[in-house]
Formats: sequence, structure tokens, C-alpha cells
Amino acid sequence: MGLERAFADEPAFVPYLAAGDPDYDASIEYVEALARGGADVIELGLPFSEPIAEGSTIQEAVVRSLDAGMSPDRFFEFVEELDVDVPLVCMTYYNLIYQYGSGQGPEPFVEKAAEVGIEGFVVPDLPAEEAGPLRAACDEYGLDLIFIVAPTTKGDRLASMMDQTSGYVYVQARLGVTGAKDDVDDATEESLARIAEWDVPKAVGFGIKTGDHAERIVSAGADGIIVGSALVDIVAEGHENGDPADEVAERLEGKARELKAGALRGAEQQATAEGS
Amino acid sequence: MSSESKFGDYGGQFVPEALMPAIEELTDAYERYVIDNEDGFMDEFRRRLAEFGGRPLPLQRADQLSARYDTEVYLKREDLLHGGAHKLNNALGQVLLAKYMGKERIIAETGAGQHGTATAMAAAHLDMPCEIYMGETDIARQRPNVFRMRINDAEVNPVTTGRGTLKEAISETMRDWATTVETTHYVIGSIVGPAPFPAMVRDFQSVISEEAREQIVEKTGGLPDAVLACAGGGSNTMGAFHHFVPDDDVDLYAVEAGGSSLSVDEEEGVAPNSASLSTGDEGVLHGARTKLLQDSDGQIMESHSVSAGLDYAGVGPELAHLVDEGRVTPVNVDDDTALEAFHRLSQDEGIIPALETAHAFGYLERVAGPATDDRAAEPRDEHHDDLGDTVIVNVSGRGDKDLETVIEETQKRDLDIAPDMSIFNEIGGGI
Repeated sequence: MGLERAFADEPAFVPYLAAGDPDYDASIEYVEALARGGADVIELGLPFSEPIAEGSTIQEAVVRSLDAGMSPDRFFEFVEELDVDVPLVCMTYYNLIYQYGSGQGPEPFVEKAAEVGIEGFVVPDLPAEEAGPLRAACDEYGLDLIFIVAPTTKGDRLASMMDQTSGYVYVQARLGVTGAKDDVDDATEESLARIAEWDVPKAVGFGIKTGDHAERIVSAGADGIIVGSALVDIVAEGHENGDPADEVAERLEGKARELKAGALRGAEQQATAEGS
Repeated sequence: MSSESKFGDYGGQFVPEALMPAIEELTDAYERYVIDNEDGFMDEFRRRLAEFGGRPLPLQRADQLSARYDTEVYLKREDLLHGGAHKLNNALGQVLLAKYMGKERIIAETGAGQHGTATAMAAAHLDMPCEIYMGETDIARQRPNVFRMRINDAEVNPVTTGRGTLKEAISETMRDWATTVETTHYVIGSIVGPAPFPAMVRDFQSVISEEAREQIVEKTGGLPDAVLACAGGGSNTMGAFHHFVPDDDVDLYAVEAGGSSLSVDEEEGVAPNSASLSTGDEGVLHGARTKLLQDSDGQIMESHSVSAGLDYAGVGPELAHLVDEGRVTPVNVDDDTALEAFHRLSQDEGIIPALETAHAFGYLERVAGPATDDRAAEPRDEHHDDLGDTVIVNVSGRGDKDLETVIEETQKRDLDIAPDMSIFNEIGGGI
């Protein structure tokens, strides 16, 4: 049973944090706080030096994490050490997957990820055209490969992605790079409508910041919400202020509860609308 | 011309999904307008390159260098292109293509500022709004080009991430493009990035070797023995090589920046050079599989060169492929040798070259120059100690933009060839 199971009963809350931000030990606490706050899947970022799809919030998280010594091997230790009962997805860029182990192919990385308990991948710089080798390695080790559907993804591209994606599909709510925003973009509803008939859970990300955003997006038909920058902002603020890690963890848990509750309200509205 | 998206195993399209439709649209436009000359695109491009850019450009015999090296040395004078570097060949082509595609806005990255300057000029010429991303380190060391871009009415956006050089500027421009892709064309400045950029930029730059090949035959009655060009991302390199690639008897040398050392510091993630063809490993960066300066995990290294235009951790996938095939020989020249060559070309030929260009002349000196005490100590390149009787060097750009750097770097070193620089202290440092 793949990652679909996390979306089966109620809308899923899928938080993202860069592993090792701002340091290894604090980051373990933060990820565990998200699990306590109601996370249904957790996307863990393995930092890459050139994160071309990220806005400034996550770029800075990547720098903090790399400066604190994060690396692919350290990332796998991190995953093993986590005490959470939530499926974990690795979000990273293709060069790190490609170079791991003896190098020059995705299989050693996928094998190791499977061994430590990772269940899927999101790779922002790997479109369907280039994903064949990683898709094959994921199939071999029973992992999901999640593709991103952008507001600009239409027609044949959408169809080829539907063939390749598994676990869930990452619906990019707006054009641009990651980053918390103050509104919900109309492109979200249009993107959801384009893939309505897909038989795979649809999780919406890019720009979600509040419980109200989560509510609106789920009521528009999403099966889950992905939230990164709004959580990374909390980590960054705590780091800048020198706050103790347990206080920051508490804030993260609170934010997680707010987002999950918003998603649940959205699901009620969706149910009401369908019932009427 | 062809629209190949892979060069052997190199190339491809490793970009965020949001950009893929734009890349498909661009591929279609490239095939129709550039390859098939639909609506007379290439005719208009060639006309504008002549009238606005000043082409064709001369192939000039370098009299003093020919005597020094006992070799016929010919200079392909891309420094005479409007703007002072080969960059306009590509920038004009892409801005014009954006216009044919109905795009409303131009963005570009720049390292040395030459591509940004060329794009700003082309955008002004073709009446398109234009924004340039430039690392803050590069802004500091290439101020004259920042002024030129602003004066051509382009916005210059400083990039403060990382070391603030070309690598970060490309990443930031890709982020802008991911947001504005529906109305905006990204004029990438070298033969890097996702397909179709590497092939398309090469096609626009190949006018260099198209002219040079005809000119050398006209002047000497035959083909040269070797063509030398500096290589950062590699656009002047592939431009200078392209029409000679089928000529197996013409040796092609890509001269990279050896920086201060070819060794790398894994701990700090720093390679004090930009020699990705000579020392890099295969990997994926900025949309393409190519040769990269990276650590054993696959994190990209911070590169270094005294020349901002060569300071990049990757290289065009086609060049990486031609190196693997043995068709192009990668060599490298360190900062000191490049600076010496800068002064030699300025003094002996009356041409102040860009620091990028000076690397190609540095290699010529190392291989063909008179023996020196220093050089006696280091082994000569065994296989390339004779470049042949006729050599073309691509003068990819002029050096006005580099004068501040050259004065500063020359004063740091004890170079016999350099003129007395003390006058610059007397007039107050800056120029």
C-alpha cells in the first residue's frame, strides 16, 4: 500500500521542512512536532546547493542546513533516527540522487532511501521526460514518485504525467517558486479541475500559509495540502531570535494543528456541497 | 543546423514542470524560425547583425605574435562586434526570436556583464523591456557593464545568494522565469541550460566559425591547423568551433580558467578554478546533464577565475560531449598566465582583450612561446607542443570592462611584462 493510504479517510496535511535546518538535533524535534500536530505525510527536504524551484524562504533554509553539515548520508541517518509514525517523502534535486553511491544513476540512492524507510520522492527539476530511470528504480524498490502538475501543465504533458505519477500528485497552486502567500490563487481551482478524473490523491502546494487557505483549497476539491515555507518561516524566526528548540517545536505543532483543522473544515464544506 | 536535445549522454531538459510548456514552445519556435527560416526570421537576423552589430568581422593576421611564435596567428575579431564581445550574436538572435514568439518581456542572467550588456542593447534596439540578474560579486568587479546596462534602460537585479556569481544569477533568472513564463523569454547567455538552448545559442554563435572558415581559406588557401577559444559556459568556444568540427585535421582547443589551482577543497565546497571540462564530473545542473565542478555528494562547487565570464561550475553539454569524443581538447591556463597574456596582446598587437579571451592567448604562449626559467621547470604539454603552422585564436571580447580588475591584480603580482602601474595610485586608484 503506497502513499495513497494517507489520503484515504480525510484530507491529508503534508508539511515540508528542510532536514537539518537550522541544525540536526533541532530539526529532529521539529519534524516530530509536525507529526504530533497532525501531519499525514511529511516531505523532508534534502538540501541541494542550487535549489532553482525554491523561493527565498527555503533557499535560506537550505543554506542553514548545508552550513550545519547536512549531506545525503547524514540525511539517511536523520530519517532513521526520527521517531514518527507518518510516511516520509524525500524532496530533493536530481543531481544528488544521480551522484549517490558509485554514482551516475538513481538506483543506489533509491535503494538506500527504501532501506531507511523513505516511501516516495518529489524531484522538482525532473520532468516526466527525464524521469524514466528514477521511475524504474522506484518501481524496483516499491517507492512512489510524485510529479508536480503546474498551472501551465496541459494536454499531452498532463496525460504522460498521469501515467508516471504514484502515491499522490503535487498540484502547484500558482506559477513561480515556493513561498508563503497572503491569498489563494485562482489557478489552483483550474488545475484541480483539469485533473479531476485522475484516480490519484491531489495535494495542493505553493503559497499555503493559514488554516483558512487550507480550508478553501480542500473545499475546492483537493485531497490534501502541502505546506513548506510557512513552517520554515517559523524555524527561521526561532533561529534568528535564538529561541530554544522546544519553544520553536511547540509553535510548529500549533501551526500544524491550525492547518490540519482548516483542511478538515474544508472537507466538511465539500461534503455539504455534495450533499445539497 | 539541427535541433538536437542531447549530445551523447549530455544535455536534456532538467527543469521544473512549470517551465516545460515554455521550453516546448521555444523548441517549436527555434525549429520554425531559426532552422526553417519561417517568415524570413534568419534573413532579418542576418540583416540586423550586419547593420546593428557590424558583421562580418575581420580575420586579422597578428604580425608580432606570428613572429614571436613562428606560426601564422590569425585573430577572429569578435571584440569588434557591437558591444565589444561575441555575446550580441546570441542576444540579438534570442530577443528577435522572442519578438517573433509574441513575448512581451526579456530577462537574462549575466556573469561578466557582457551578456547582460548585449541583451540590454538588443532589447533597446528591438523595443522590449528587459531585466538582468547579476551576482553582487560580479556587480562589484564589472561596474562599467552595470552602468552600460542601466544606460540602455535595463533593470539590473543584484543576486545576493551564494558567492554572488554566474551560477546564482542563472538560478535566480530561472526562478523569475518560473513565475513569468507566459509573457517572458529568458535569453540564456551561453550554450548551457535545458534543450533547445544549447543548440540554439550555438547556432546563433556559429556565425563566428562560418565567417572564419571562409576567411582563412581566402587568406591562406587552406584550413588552419588549430583553433583556440576560451571556454567558460562555452558559447564563443562552440561558435568558433562549429563549422570546423567536421574538419578532422583542424585541432580544437577549449582553454579553461585554471584559476589559482586545479585542486579542490571538498570541505569548503570550493574549486579555485573553473575548469569543468578538464576536471569536472558528469552531473545535472541548470537544466542539463554535463560536466560539473561538484563534490562527491553532488553539491555544486563554488568556482573561481580572475575572469568573471569564465567563473562557472558547469559547461555546455555539446562541449562536454565533443571532449569525450576526443574532438575537442580541453586545456587550462591559470590566472597569472592569463594576466601576462592580457598585457602581451595589449602591447604587441594593440588589442586590449577581455580577461576571458586572454586565457586563449595564455595557452598559445605556454605551448609556442620562448622557454623561460619558470617554464623549464614545468613539463610542456607533450602532445600539444606544436599547434601547427596556422592558428586561429578567437578574440571573444575586448577588455575595457576588465581594466579595474587588471590594475588591481597586476599590482598584486610581480609580472615582468606589466607596465608600471604606479600612475594609477597617483590619480587616486579608481578609473
